[in-house]
Amino acid sequence: MKHSRRIVLGIVSIAAASALALSGCSSTPKAATSAGALTPVTLQLQWLAQAQFAGYYAAVAQGYYKAEGLDVTIKEAGADTVPIKSVAAGEADYAISWVPKVLGSIEQGVNVTDVAQIFERSGTTQISFKNKGIVKPADLKGKKVGSWGYGNEWELFAGMQGAGINTTSGISLVQQAFDMKGFLAGDIDAAQAMTYNEYAQVLETVNPATGTLYTAGDLNVINWNDDGTAMLQDAIWADAGKLASDSGYQSQTVKFIKASIKGWIYVRDNAAKSADIVTAAGSTLGTSHQLWMTNEVNKLIWPSTSGGIGMINTSTWANTVKIAMSTKNDTGSTIITATPPKTAYSNTYVKKALAELATEGVDITGSSFTPLTVTLKEGGK
Amino acid sequence: MTRFRGILLGTLGIVLLGVLWEGYKAIGPSNGVVLNGLTVLPRTNDLAMPHLATMFTRLFEPVTSAAGSPALWSAVTQAAGFSLSVAAVGWLIGVVVGMLLAVLMQRFRTAESALLPWVVLSQTVPLIALAPLVAGIGSQVRFGEARWQDWMSVALIASYLAFFPVSVGALRGLESPDREHVELMRTYAVGWWKTLLTLRLPASIPYLLPALRLAAANAVIGTVVAEVSIGLRGGVGRMMIEYASAASGDPGKPWAPIFGAVVIGLLAAALVAAIGLALRKYRRGEVPA
Repeated sequence: MKHSRRIVLGIVSIAAASALALSGCSSTPKAATSAGALTPVTLQLQWLAQAQFAGYYAAVAQGYYKAEGLDVTIKEAGADTVPIKSVAAGEADYAISWVPKVLGSIEQGVNVTDVAQIFERSGTTQISFKNKGIVKPADLKGKKVGSWGYGNEWELFAGMQGAGINTTSGISLVQQAFDMKGFLAGDIDAAQAMTYNEYAQVLETVNPATGTLYTAGDLNVINWNDDGTAMLQDAIWADAGKLASDSGYQSQTVKFIKASIKGWIYVRDNAAKSADIVTAAGSTLGTSHQLWMTNEVNKLIWPSTSGGIGMINTSTWANTVKIAMSTKNDTGSTIITATPPKTAYSNTYVKKALAELATEGVDITGSSFTPLTVTLKEGGK
Repeated sequence: MTRFRGILLGTLGIVLLGVLWEGYKAIGPSNGVVLNGLTVLPRTNDLAMPHLATMFTRLFEPVTSAAGSPALWSAVTQAAGFSLSVAAVGWLIGVVVGMLLAVLMQRFRTAESALLPWVVLSQTVPLIALAPLVAGIGSQVRFGEARWQDWMSVALIASYLAFFPVSVGALRGLESPDREHVELMRTYAVGWWKTLLTLRLPASIPYLLPALRLAAANAVIGTVVAEVSIGLRGGVGRMMIEYASAASGDPGKPWAPIFGAVVIGLLAAALVAAIGLALRKYRRGEVPA
């Protein structure tokens, strides 16, 4: 009797373990096979789903990719994903990444091309509380300066070095986590903050001194766009080898850029709906935070001064390259040592896409764009 | 009676932990204890150490204010279930591979000398280097129509951590029978297979059970870390990085997936304990841990 009970128990526990294992197998949906004549295309993002990538999610939701004959799968990135490597390894057809990060990869032999510079302006700032009196890069001298590192620090270092600060001995560099606790606790005097994310995180927090949320009036912001050390950020990267030899990939690239741009135009004109699209795509950011991010990202794109969204401004590109070659970070290294090859960027494909959009009567510069005023709630809810 | 006492003591432990947390929060300095510029005890303000009540009430509020957003606890439960099933796949693969390696190493002395150093060495490869590699290679694998799924990469990484204690523990167990027992088998002219089934495997159980428990813990850690590393959607690991951005404005929220991970660990341990209960008759001589 006792014996059989043990056997039953054993069978039950093993069955439970296997059932769990099997449920792991069955709970994932089958990869969708390409519907009809659509070409499957994979886009690798540089982070999780959030409004920073609203244009691509909007293009999927609004069927802009389908209209161009593309079946686009959006792949999110994890903490250790290097998006450009996915393109180089053929795991993805296109990737979204900051230009300075990719310049380093290109110098190491990764053969990719910036085919559309979606973000014209940089969203990186250095923020501090008013009482620290940090209003320009030179004021960072002798302060506790926060930096994320890992290729997110170059504009900050370029700004400080431009102001004549010795970035090895003139500041105390603090490794910044991906939340603002260190800044709020006073471990960091001036913290790195993206206009569309960390800046909002501070404004979503209750100021213990007043019992209400922090306001923009509590903060000083150093904007690297004003300082002249801004570098190009989110761009669409394509495989340079395939662009050179594969005419199918060339025309697919034009279609992909065209539909993506239409997505971003949709985001410009429908910020609130776009924020909801991103949330529906699986982002768990709070509603007011998501809308704030959508609106701030719009400001980085619109109005476009480079001749239409996605066009790479040669002088901004040259400035990014110059900073990448001359700025040393805390480890004493520069991003690149020589000018990147000609294949590092190309306006060929985005020009074709913009020309097609212009004939369709779409506004590709957004010259009359006016941002929303978003009110953040506590915790971004 | 003893079971009741166990539950009581377990609950008491949890309560004690809560009392310690709130107690230190109440009496500790809000800026922590700093010695020579080094923080030796953590800050106690509401951002660094939210009240237990904040964390628990947050569980019953919706994840976001979007319409139809589920309560936080239900989202976490779902994520924990997903992570647990991926960890279970990893654990099963790890146990099978670990057992096979152990049997192989027990059977052939050469295999032991050749494999054991590699088994040990395998655990020194950092997970953050391994995870993108596995995900990258995996995404190019096709089995006919079926494609490699990202969760398989995570399960594989979990199994990579899980197989190690099993192979080492089982090998030690398979080699544990006394010489006279093995020689008795030989005088009976019993072959290697039958010796394995009737003598070595039963004798290995006391060594195997702690190894299975370690493997379960490793599989859970491997799953959560790999989820963070490759950004797999659905589990608690991914949830942790997603909720980190709410750390200052909504300090209760990032703790929810941590609770989820704790629950997964407890369930995994319970599952192994059930297996141990079933194998009780072979657990002679095992020092109760």
